[in-house]
Amino acid sequence: MPLPRINDFVIRFANINGSGSASANELFARAILRMGVPIAPRNIFPSNIQGLPTWYEVRVSEKGHLGARGGADLMVAMNPQTWEKDVASVEHGGYVFYDASRTRPTAELREDVTFIGMPLTEICNRQYSDARQRQLLKNIVYVGALTALLDIDAEETERLVREQFKSKEKLVASNIEALYIGRNYALEHLSCPIGLQVKRADAVGDRILIDGNSAAGLGAVYGGATVCAWYPITPSSSLPEAFTRYCTRYRVDSETGKNLFAIIQAEDELASIGMVIGAAWNGARAFTATSGPGLSLMQEFLGLAYFAEVPAVIFDVQRGGPSTGMPTRTQQSDILSAAYASHGDTKHVLLFPDNPTEAFEFGALAFDLADRLQTPVFVMLDLDIGMNQWLCRPFAWDDSRLYDRGKVMTAADLDAGKDFGRYLDVDGDGIPYRTYPGTHPTRGSFFTRGSTRDRYARYTEDGGAYIDNMERLLRKFETAKNLVPQPLRRNARMPARYGVIYYGSTHPAMTEAIEGLAAAGNHLDTLRVRAFPFSDEVAEFVTSHDLVFVVEQNRDGQLRTLLVNECNLDPANLIPILHYDGTPITAREITDSIAGHLNVSNVTPLRKVGS
Amino acid sequence: MTHRDYEGSVSTLCAGCGHDSISAAIVQACFELDLPPHRLAKLSGIGCSSKTPTYFLGNSHGFNSVHGRMPSVLTGANLANGSLIYLGVSGDGDSASIGLGQFAHAIRRGVNMVYIVENNGVYGLTKGQFSATADRGSQNKRGSINKDNPIDLIAMALQLGATFVARSFSGDKAQLVPLIKAAIEHRGTAFIDCMSPCIAFNNHSGSTRSFDYVREHNEAVNKLDFMTGRAPITVDFEPGTVELVEQHDGSTLVLRKLASDYNPHDRLAAMSYVQDHTAAGEIVTGLLFIDNEAEDLHRHLDITETPLNALSETELCPGEATLEMINASLR
Repeated sequence: MPLPRINDFVIRFANINGSGSASANELFARAILRMGVPIAPRNIFPSNIQGLPTWYEVRVSEKGHLGARGGADLMVAMNPQTWEKDVASVEHGGYVFYDASRTRPTAELREDVTFIGMPLTEICNRQYSDARQRQLLKNIVYVGALTALLDIDAEETERLVREQFKSKEKLVASNIEALYIGRNYALEHLSCPIGLQVKRADAVGDRILIDGNSAAGLGAVYGGATVCAWYPITPSSSLPEAFTRYCTRYRVDSETGKNLFAIIQAEDELASIGMVIGAAWNGARAFTATSGPGLSLMQEFLGLAYFAEVPAVIFDVQRGGPSTGMPTRTQQSDILSAAYASHGDTKHVLLFPDNPTEAFEFGALAFDLADRLQTPVFVMLDLDIGMNQWLCRPFAWDDSRLYDRGKVMTAADLDAGKDFGRYLDVDGDGIPYRTYPGTHPTRGSFFTRGSTRDRYARYTEDGGAYIDNMERLLRKFETAKNLVPQPLRRNARMPARYGVIYYGSTHPAMTEAIEGLAAAGNHLDTLRVRAFPFSDEVAEFVTSHDLVFVVEQNRDGQLRTLLVNECNLDPANLIPILHYDGTPITAREITDSIAGHLNVSNVTPLRKVGS
Repeated sequence: MTHRDYEGSVSTLCAGCGHDSISAAIVQACFELDLPPHRLAKLSGIGCSSKTPTYFLGNSHGFNSVHGRMPSVLTGANLANGSLIYLGVSGDGDSASIGLGQFAHAIRRGVNMVYIVENNGVYGLTKGQFSATADRGSQNKRGSINKDNPIDLIAMALQLGATFVARSFSGDKAQLVPLIKAAIEHRGTAFIDCMSPCIAFNNHSGSTRSFDYVREHNEAVNKLDFMTGRAPITVDFEPGTVELVEQHDGSTLVLRKLASDYNPHDRLAAMSYVQDHTAAGEIVTGLLFIDNEAEDLHRHLDITETPLNALSETELCPGEATLEMINASLR
């Protein structure tokens, strides 16, 4: 029995990398969005430029479940290399749309799915003489066919094509023609619509569709970053590229035509973070963007920035590690190496945005925090947030908002006779005052170094002065607790014995899982952690529940380790729920895993299970 | 400003260290230029040479950064505020070994800075290991012979496009001070490779960086006098032996030729001359190359004249209305 589903299904496109399918697939996704139905598109791509398999999936969900779901109800199978695997991955009762000019499904392949063939290659070869055109427009032809098969509004799709190519009339015409070639062929020759259908709804609201790297890059523009130094690394490169794009548009002095920003593609990640630290030491807001291997390279400099107290903003778009690991797959596996980056005793501020909107907000906020705390601040994105487009709250900004430049002594302060000690804790919050180079001819200069110094920045190897400084750094970290974004708690409908802690891109899957668990009678409170250091509420949440599940996308339960270590919690009360195969975590897995634990009649702490 | 306003705290280097002479030359150069000390930032890496910024210009901000990484930190600082003068102090271990990459990339970007390498061919703080600039065949204090080829930072700086390249000797203040002054006034990457013998670990016979060795093999190609734009220029040398070079800021270099066949405006000829003479066992010193039409990184990036660190919300934040437009384009 073929699946009947309205506004609730998953379509997966199996393509070949470099074949130009990405923009056609996005057109398909946006057409559904324009019909008022929420979507969650995701790329699953190889570390390759051309030739290897790549997939694009669109989860269509009127209810607004935007996490990855797993499986596919309709496979648009355009890649002969992965044909068998792709067909095998379709849900029971699902559909396979394929190019009948190139593939012939055998009956015994799958009897429980519906095969829909269309001679795409033949159609395009007949229509177009240019090889590149045949390839590119074939993608649009299948999108046209899909609008018929899924009952997607053709006019919305046509309008999107016009918006996309705007002034390029020729491209508009050829793409619209291709769209209707596909659509009309399907209407004439295939049975339309199939069981999966899109019906106009009003469930999108004012939400926007954007990838997290672009959002974070825009956040850096709004946050006042002027210096960006970076080294290309997947999946972070599109973040500084977005920053560049937005700066070119919004940061050029209209009178002089000069740039109000400086962007350097550095020779490596060491130079990137070095430039950021140099610029921030000199009073500019500066950032870099990287991923795991880059973070490893930056370790020594991060220790300097921590110890010498220089602001820095690092966007870490996490991917699968260790080593080169899975460079095009997602994970949350840099938590510990960021939190404790560098040798010696260090701790760093981490922010965990859950989607592009928060990537924008935290991206801007990170510069205030770095200046206020005079320390590195990490914005911990991951590939899922960074490189996929998410449907999320629109960006907001209050024009009366001022940048918090932190404690900076000016020439006037120095002239007024204020005592300047670079590492003097004047206010008791662990945060000292600094001066920018060039402030005053005779006062306020100091020497910045990574070696021990006293409160007046004078070199010393005295143990007492060293401890005095290290203790003050802890006081400063304590201050940070209340400045960072606070955790968000969501209580179950009834008092719950169990809780869940999670963070970052796990959010949509977790929201969906909690609904599913509640429907089955399992009620849990949740706490979404949004920053490190953890505010006191985090430990309170753990101690006020019998057991807390910690859901994360890495092998070793890194946030759980951080919780145990920093909040003195009993590890037995924190049950890790882990997903780390490089795909985004799904509600199904979380639900099954937590329900599995809960159904062992009464959940017992780990210690007892293990003994 | 008095001479004392340019001094720093008391040096903790070994008595007689060449580096202290270079610090003194920096103090002298800044004093003679009447430079406001707070308008200069001094940055360094790690090592004996990198400790020296504490010992000069106490009224300037200083940054003793990470081993081999002064160039990147200085580049960032320079981007944040192009109106200050940036002095990078490094050593041969710091720039030719661990920091060779950053040395190269700062120069190829044309960062507007004075980059001084205090070159003694040896690691001092870790007690006498050869550095990457040590000559092949030179002997260390324990008697072992260096088998590796040396890195010639002058040759690299020329190849990488430095627009001011000089070599000098810590023991020749008369040569060094005008070179530092001219380097400070130069807009672009000004690189000075300064032979600076290590009194503790590399001043014995068999070393090619000892005071005696450097003195004996020093071949100066020219002698530089530095004039600011206001000073009257009087030249009383025979025609053809003196050249006047105008810098961007209007200052003038009076270059007295010592080697008649040396042309400091020809990069390729300079590379070949220096290498020929190095092969012959000479240490060529003087102003080896200058490009009077030098450009720098700020110009390449077309950065506004106002220092980036002085821009406020008004200039930097596109604001609410723009954000609404961006939102609309994402639906």
